[in-house]
Amino acid sequence: MANMIQLEINGIPVEVEEGTSILNAAKKVHVKIPTLCYHPDLTPWASCGICVVRQLVPSRTEPGKWVPSPKLLRACCTAVTPGMKISTHDADIVKVRRTVLELILANHPNDCLQCPRNGSCELQRLAGDFGIRDIPFPAEIPSIPVDKSTPSLVLNQNKCVKCGRCAIVCQQMQNVWALEFIGRGEKTRMAPAADCTLEESPCIKCGQCSAHCPVGAIYENDETAKVWDALRDPEKHCVVQIAPAVRVAIGEAFGKEPGTLMTGETYAALRRLGFKAVFDTNFSADLTIMEEGSEFIKRFTGKGGELPLITSCCPAWTEWMEEYAPDFINNFSTAKSPQQMLSPMAKTYYAQKQGIDPSKIFVVSIMPCTAKKYEISRSENMSSSGYQDTDVVLTTRELARMIKSAGIDFVSLEPEAADSLMGEYTGAGTIFGVTGGVMEAALRTAYCLITKKDQPPSIDFMDVRGMQGVKEATIDIDGTPVKIAVAHQMGNVKQVLDAVREDRKNGVKPRYDFIEVMACRGGCIGGGGQPTGATDEVRALRTKGIYTDDERSVLRMSHLNPMITKIYEEFLGAPLSEKAHELLHNHYRQTKVYSK
Amino acid sequence: MSNENTAAVQTLTPELRAFIAEWKSKPGNLIMVLHQVQQHFGYIPREVAFEVADLLEIPLAKIYGVVTFYNFFKLQKPGRNKIQVCMGTACYLKGGEDIILELEKQLGVGLNTVTPDGEFSVEAVRCLGCCGLAPVMVINGEVFGKVVTGSLTGILDKFRNNG
Repeated sequence: MANMIQLEINGIPVEVEEGTSILNAAKKVHVKIPTLCYHPDLTPWASCGICVVRQLVPSRTEPGKWVPSPKLLRACCTAVTPGMKISTHDADIVKVRRTVLELILANHPNDCLQCPRNGSCELQRLAGDFGIRDIPFPAEIPSIPVDKSTPSLVLNQNKCVKCGRCAIVCQQMQNVWALEFIGRGEKTRMAPAADCTLEESPCIKCGQCSAHCPVGAIYENDETAKVWDALRDPEKHCVVQIAPAVRVAIGEAFGKEPGTLMTGETYAALRRLGFKAVFDTNFSADLTIMEEGSEFIKRFTGKGGELPLITSCCPAWTEWMEEYAPDFINNFSTAKSPQQMLSPMAKTYYAQKQGIDPSKIFVVSIMPCTAKKYEISRSENMSSSGYQDTDVVLTTRELARMIKSAGIDFVSLEPEAADSLMGEYTGAGTIFGVTGGVMEAALRTAYCLITKKDQPPSIDFMDVRGMQGVKEATIDIDGTPVKIAVAHQMGNVKQVLDAVREDRKNGVKPRYDFIEVMACRGGCIGGGGQPTGATDEVRALRTKGIYTDDERSVLRMSHLNPMITKIYEEFLGAPLSEKAHELLHNHYRQTKVYSK
Repeated sequence: MSNENTAAVQTLTPELRAFIAEWKSKPGNLIMVLHQVQQHFGYIPREVAFEVADLLEIPLAKIYGVVTFYNFFKLQKPGRNKIQVCMGTACYLKGGEDIILELEKQLGVGLNTVTPDGEFSVEAVRCLGCCGLAPVMVINGEVFGKVVTGSLTGILDKFRNNG
């Protein structure tokens, strides 16, 4: 047990573990110290100065009296010490914080009304909390060209408050190194190295920068206008799919608790927006399991293909691999992601079934992810239907804005069902949204297919669940051990790959048979396109929502989905068939880390 | 990157490669390596930065973070004649800024910019440690003390086209 330390915050006694910051000790007694650069996901680095507090020290002139020390401490990165007395909100401190805030605001454009973060901006909230009405310093607003080079993200350095979260996330959490502190002092910018645009940089479009940015300096490329145009075009037949992780987070944009399941409300809202058919990416997650699960069995039983098999549903991860780990190309599952399986099926199977000209079908997908915007045009395999399979990807944040602007009272909607053709899903499909979910879904089905039994001894594979960065387990499939690893948050992946590289070097059988990787912390529920403000607490609630959806499902294994059986019978033949390969599989190639 | 002064693509020399190999495992190696690179090229050429990143097995972003943080490191090739004007306290008070303005006038380019003929570049530096000679200017390592604006034409002529 860790050493406990007693201290006082504003006279309120509190006991915390040794090493706790003043900020977190204050939180424990319900004192909110304002912060701007601090984020619980990251090691604090004290750049903004908003969280300053003071320690009370014995007075030199009046014995027995405690007075505030003139020295300001940054609450985010100062550890508590025994007997410490902290003052968090005396008049001097508030004045200092106010000045810091005014200085930041003097360098910040005040176009809040047109800002993508209007209403979700941490700087705006601070200015509101401090009651800032005018700024005593002359405005100095930079005018740096806005970087719109990627299909996923927009980098507007003019709004940057130089907190550094994006660069630290990109480097420490994600190990991508697309963003860095470039320059010094007031000229510091968060930008790619070597005068590159984001597109030319190593950026994998995971969007964690945008999910962590406190302001509107880096955000999703808004494509709602394209979707409105398509919906209003009488020539177009608009269909939509929603990803597993969207349903447990979209409610947050409407005041619901994180993790609240809003599946039926989302279907209903999409119909009101004018979509002719509402599909669910959970259905195609089941389809992915049929393909990827079969691929695993093929490789595992020595019928061709390298082990370990590595999941490839996450486009940020596949881009990272193509840049940084091309020696794993042959290990990648060729099965497309659920998004890229549903869309070609909409433009082939659904089109044929409904007698609709596929050139008129406009497929929109709602994703928790910014990298998905890039995925839809990443290679020629993404046009397997003869057209670009997915037309537009909207993030959860963009869909929430569309629903609001359409005047839909989202939370009061009567839940509806998805269209039956590609809308029914099993619990295995829904857990694709969390770390370990793809692995668990694959194991459920692989167990049954390998052993010809109806069900694994326990349908819940607890070893693959949870927030640990790398999870390892050996799964017993009727006496045959299957060794697996699950990694999430890009920065955790290298150690797994390095372990496999070591085995290769030593000429021994790789220590893993199957590896799952998701680029974002917690999996897609923590995706870069989700409502902002995700912390581990929020991620835990969203994860709970996903597992609740799984537990409530009558069918919890992909191969039991009757619509999956049907689609193979009527259209695809069998998993890994020629037709399945043509529509549902794809290829990877090595790319340069910097393209310029 | 636009850099009209880099005609040929620069690459690490065998000596620099050996230096990097020697320093690779040592802590604090990046600054040492960058110093050596700049000493050789006069700046950190972009393509060389890529090579250094590969050899040290560190992200390129890290190199740019360091290079753009320290005023000492340059990403642009300086002029053939490198003029440094001291803007330390004493030189500043004694008219360092007037020298910079006059140089800008005579050379037709501002601070940290190379003249179109590639002959000169001017940068402002902090105290050079000879405040008694203020205002001070250094060209290619040669120190000029108690500089007055009227003498600048003569000094520049001495360096112009002498190479």
